[in-house]
Amino acid sequence: MGSGPPVIEPSYTVATVTDKISSVVLTRRTPVGWIIGFSVALLLTMTFLTAVLTLFAAGIGIWGVNVPVAWGFAIINFVWWIGIGHAGTLISAILLLMQQKWRQSINRFAEAMTLFAVLCAAVFPLLHLGRPKFFYWLFPYPSLHGVPPQFRSPLVWDVFAVATYFTVSLLFWYVGLLPDLATFRDCAKRKLAKIVYGVLAMGWRGSAIHWHRYDTAYLLLAGLATPLVVSVHTVVSFDFATSILPGWHTTLFPPYFVAGAIYSGFAMVLVLAIPLRAAYGLEGLITPRHLDNMAKIMLATGLIVDYGYVMEAFFAWYSGNEAERFMMINRMIGPYAPAFWATIACNGLAILALWFPRVRRNVPALFGIALLVLVGMWLERFFIVLTSLHRDFLPSSWGMYYPTIWDWATFAGTIGLFFTLLFLFIRFLPLISMFEVRALVEPKT
Amino acid sequence: MAQIFHPAANPFARFSIFGAVFLAIGALWLTGAITRSAWFTRSNVARDQPVPFTHELHSGKLGLDCRYCHTSVEESPFAGLPPTQTCMNCHTQIWADAPMLEPVRQSWQTGRPIAWTRVYDLADFCAFDHSIHLRKGIGCSTCHGSVDRMPLMWQTVSLFMEWCLDCHRQPERFIRPREAVFRMDDEPPLDQPRIGRELVERYHVRPSTDCTTCHR
Repeated sequence: MGSGPPVIEPSYTVATVTDKISSVVLTRRTPVGWIIGFSVALLLTMTFLTAVLTLFAAGIGIWGVNVPVAWGFAIINFVWWIGIGHAGTLISAILLLMQQKWRQSINRFAEAMTLFAVLCAAVFPLLHLGRPKFFYWLFPYPSLHGVPPQFRSPLVWDVFAVATYFTVSLLFWYVGLLPDLATFRDCAKRKLAKIVYGVLAMGWRGSAIHWHRYDTAYLLLAGLATPLVVSVHTVVSFDFATSILPGWHTTLFPPYFVAGAIYSGFAMVLVLAIPLRAAYGLEGLITPRHLDNMAKIMLATGLIVDYGYVMEAFFAWYSGNEAERFMMINRMIGPYAPAFWATIACNGLAILALWFPRVRRNVPALFGIALLVLVGMWLERFFIVLTSLHRDFLPSSWGMYYPTIWDWATFAGTIGLFFTLLFLFIRFLPLISMFEVRALVEPKT
Repeated sequence: MAQIFHPAANPFARFSIFGAVFLAIGALWLTGAITRSAWFTRSNVARDQPVPFTHELHSGKLGLDCRYCHTSVEESPFAGLPPTQTCMNCHTQIWADAPMLEPVRQSWQTGRPIAWTRVYDLADFCAFDHSIHLRKGIGCSTCHGSVDRMPLMWQTVSLFMEWCLDCHRQPERFIRPREAVFRMDDEPPLDQPRIGRELVERYHVRPSTDCTTCHR
């Protein structure tokens, strides 16, 4: 990814970059597409609120979960959403430390995506608690019970992993926004906008000392965020791996989950970036080179995930363990087999097309593959959660899980919440980092 | 358009960063302080009763034994509330016509018990047993305070789980000799650390802090 075509269109100058990006928020009229998209997303968010309020009123029985499948959609969606967040952190932290300049056109909205995805993810374990109003019992605070949280429980590890992840991501995103917020403050025409952006910019003037401190802070935060790319989904995979269920109790899970997270995250970045650049005419800033690079990362991480599938099957056989072998056979030909084979089709076959440069340059094809990857990764979590739970060691305790309308409403609702937040972000904040892209402009001679 | 914020406004931005941290910590501390306060737990608030029965007189000045009324305290989980007959043992003779005692006479005639207001109202999901606590050397006044100085009853402790665990984790701080459990002093003696450890040894006190000890 070193040499090659320039990162952004060479015709851009320092001034046109700023104009192009800030006009989306400050001068251009809100596009009709935005209004329609936002309305649909908001409607779904209302569905989410309805589903959550019904859950609070009626209890967790409105979901399809029950013994033996006590983990249903809630955990599937949690893992799916939190995985999606990982691309943002990878782009902002690891690619920054590796000095990959192309990240600078996509890091801002990828980070926003991370934040919103983590929010959507965090909702699910809390709702799944059964008594969501006591969620704060999971935090170690001087409680009236006199009992600390159970630190041997992966649920508590999740709280720490996700809370840390959200905090660091938020700080990283906000610190990165500061110079651009100051630009907005200076460019805004209306008084209210000037005040709001002024307050948010926290007195940024762009002096040499500001930039000096900014660089240090940003690097430090990148250093803090880097281990999170690996650690958060590792901890999430421990939710499964520390149990003794066939199909879950495996050392393969942490790397397999981390790769899957980055894989689905880049798919989401592509799904967001492709319509965004078309809608706002940003093809010169998010160029084919960006799409190509992201497709390559998706291919690489996707192949690691495929290796995971192969190894799961291999070790189920190689272990000689009857329960493990049965789990694998049940996964392939049992009642949830369609989810398994659909996953293989999406994650195993569809992405192989990304080997061809022609496909990576074909924007609609790339969009389609990215969507398939998102579906595939959701289905992967679906079969991992269900096949191990619904038929374990004792045939007498076998059962089936069927999601209810409320399961679907909650899931669709979080997608609505995600896009609502994203639409608001696009409308009110710079969706591409202006000052970082200005640094990419080729000096004119 | 000119800048709205003067550079002199910058300290506010800086302050807000640190301020937010202190504000969050302060709010948490305040919540904790309020929930633990007597105002919230309603401990130290005397509860109204249908008959203004006074422990100060009966237990303190007249010296009635706790068990004269709370008969089952040594054998059962529940200390026991006296039947109206117990009151009438004396009050057919003393204060027999006192208007204050009208509800007692009423109850005696109709056979309907007096509806006392519970002062120590433990949550229904907690199993508490009076008898085992007495047998292991935990005195009445450790939890109920010096009732011999209470005209009307009030709660002297928070009844929060942290309060239960306080003692279950360090029983030596509160334990006393079995023969002293009905004594009405709520301050442990000065040599409590030494006696405490000795008594814990002698009575084989190993209070469990498992969930299922109390939440069955």
